[in-house]
Amino acid sequence: MAENVKKMKPIWFFVGLVLLIMGGAILAAGLYGLVAHVESNKVLARLHPDIWWGGLMVVVGLVFILANKNVTVE
Amino acid sequence: MQAIGLHVVDWFIILFYFAFIIGIGFYLKRYTKSADDFFLAGRRNSSWVAGLAFLSANLGALELLGMTGNTYKYGMYVAHFYWIGAIPAMLFLGIFMMPFYYSSRIKSVPGYLKLRFDEKTRVLNGFSFAIMTLLVSGINLYAMALVLHTFLGWNWDVSMWASAVTVAVYVTLSGLMSAIFTEIIQFFLIWFGLFLVSVLGIVEVGSFGEIMRRVPEAFSKLWSTSADPTQNGMLISWGGIVLGLGFVLSFGYWTTDFLVVQRAFSAKNLRSARLTPIIASFFKMAVPFIVIVAGLIALVLAKDPNSGFALMSDAGKTNYDSALPMLIARYFPRGLVGLGITALLAGFMAGQAGNISAFNTVWTYDIYQSVINKKASPKNLLWMGRMATIVGIFISVLTAYWAKSMPTIMDYMQAIFSWVNAPLFATMLLGMFVKWITPDGAFWGLVAGMGSSITMYLAVKFQWISMSAITLSKVASDMAANFWRAWWAWLICFVVTIVVSLFTEKKPAAELVGLVKGLTKETAFEPVPWFKKPAFYAVLSLIVFILLNIYFW
Repeated sequence: MAENVKKMKPIWFFVGLVLLIMGGAILAAGLYGLVAHVESNKVLARLHPDIWWGGLMVVVGLVFILANKNVTVE
Repeated sequence: MQAIGLHVVDWFIILFYFAFIIGIGFYLKRYTKSADDFFLAGRRNSSWVAGLAFLSANLGALELLGMTGNTYKYGMYVAHFYWIGAIPAMLFLGIFMMPFYYSSRIKSVPGYLKLRFDEKTRVLNGFSFAIMTLLVSGINLYAMALVLHTFLGWNWDVSMWASAVTVAVYVTLSGLMSAIFTEIIQFFLIWFGLFLVSVLGIVEVGSFGEIMRRVPEAFSKLWSTSADPTQNGMLISWGGIVLGLGFVLSFGYWTTDFLVVQRAFSAKNLRSARLTPIIASFFKMAVPFIVIVAGLIALVLAKDPNSGFALMSDAGKTNYDSALPMLIARYFPRGLVGLGITALLAGFMAGQAGNISAFNTVWTYDIYQSVINKKASPKNLLWMGRMATIVGIFISVLTAYWAKSMPTIMDYMQAIFSWVNAPLFATMLLGMFVKWITPDGAFWGLVAGMGSSITMYLAVKFQWISMSAITLSKVASDMAANFWRAWWAWLICFVVTIVVSLFTEKKPAAELVGLVKGLTKETAFEPVPWFKKPAFYAVLSLIVFILLNIYFW
């Protein structure tokens, strides 16, 4: 049990994982829309918020994952 | 009513979230071996983990939708709930109360009442808290199903059961730890999922200053219209805000409600426990940058006939809670819509998990072990905690169906807090800081406070007395009545506790060491530099709080 406890990943690692996967999906959908010229009726669609916001989530997610890759908590 | 359409990438994000949090429940179960692990997350959390969970347990989706809608209705006055209605109480908890809570190694707030006073006060509070928690939990569940049904067109029953079963699975598996994990993930999802609404809204309108210029003056000020209740949308004076919200309701909730305080108990040491509400206070002050700004943007857009923006309406009645979903539908393309919906879902489920993890602890320690099975083994308590989770969720679902059948049930939410938390704050304040307060004084004070609060509520509801008798004003809203009722309930509990204590038997001073100021040796805090001390961060938080109030005066 003691060994198991030492191996637990910190919550920040999981936060990174969620942000990376969700951000990746949003970024991919945004890039597809840009490349395939998908019509959008959303206000401010010309700013492509999905691309830069999804990209930001991916970056933040990666930072959390890399910073906690080798970290374990008791 | 046109529901918001979802694309396959939106569904992926939503379903990924459900799978992820259930997976976390299974992952954490390996580390949940003892009752302390289940009920207090093993007391090993850092102040950041406990602090974000402390805030997130309170930051439900119901609040996000409701407060954005309220801002549309009342303007900047809603910020009082985040600033004067939270910050002083959170700092007071961290600086003055946490040493007594944490150092006594109690498992729950009723547990403190048992040590400081006696068993009957503990059981009275344990039962009232358990009932309140299940009611609030059920109403949250009902609200979530209602939102999903209204905005997404999802089936009411499927939405409710899917969320209830998900929460039941991960809380039953690993208790408070999985509740805290999902609360922190929810915190990030809310910021990433909803803050973008404010950013895009500001870009569309032009600037934040332009938004403030376009809303009426009564909607853009915090205090300058509070001298006369007729001059602000909430119909309340500064006295009601300060005494009712800023003092009684806020301190009652943030310092005694076990739902939030339990997160601080999970901290790894006293310094982390004291920092928990102080760290949370900075993020609490920032929440208006999502809800208040979004509400004001919705107001500005709705007033502009060229914007094409309007809130939903049900049978000709404006649905204020639709402000945030309508802004999501306006700005968010595919993918981001899924993120926004997931942020709301995460808020609902984390709120539900928070209620249930607080309920299973109070039920197991303060009712089951205290009244039903005094010799329960630690293994038996762990089993009972898991059973209480399942039964608690089931009762919440029943409460949700009950709420569905009674359309006015939502009105009871604030009232419930003024029944339980407001008088309890008087009991805790006197208990921690006045050594001659007696067990009988505390018990009868609490009975009088809770009884008077419920009686005042019923008296106004059934028109036995006029609302103005409580609010001391000719005009008042239901919100104003809640604030003032909380104040009177606190005062009655405070006075009755003191009077009864003067005539009843005191506890020996030796039994109160560690529980009451004056009988407790000042805690020897670990030596840390000044910039790591809780008091330093509390002062910083207070300065930001004062500046915000001055800026929006």
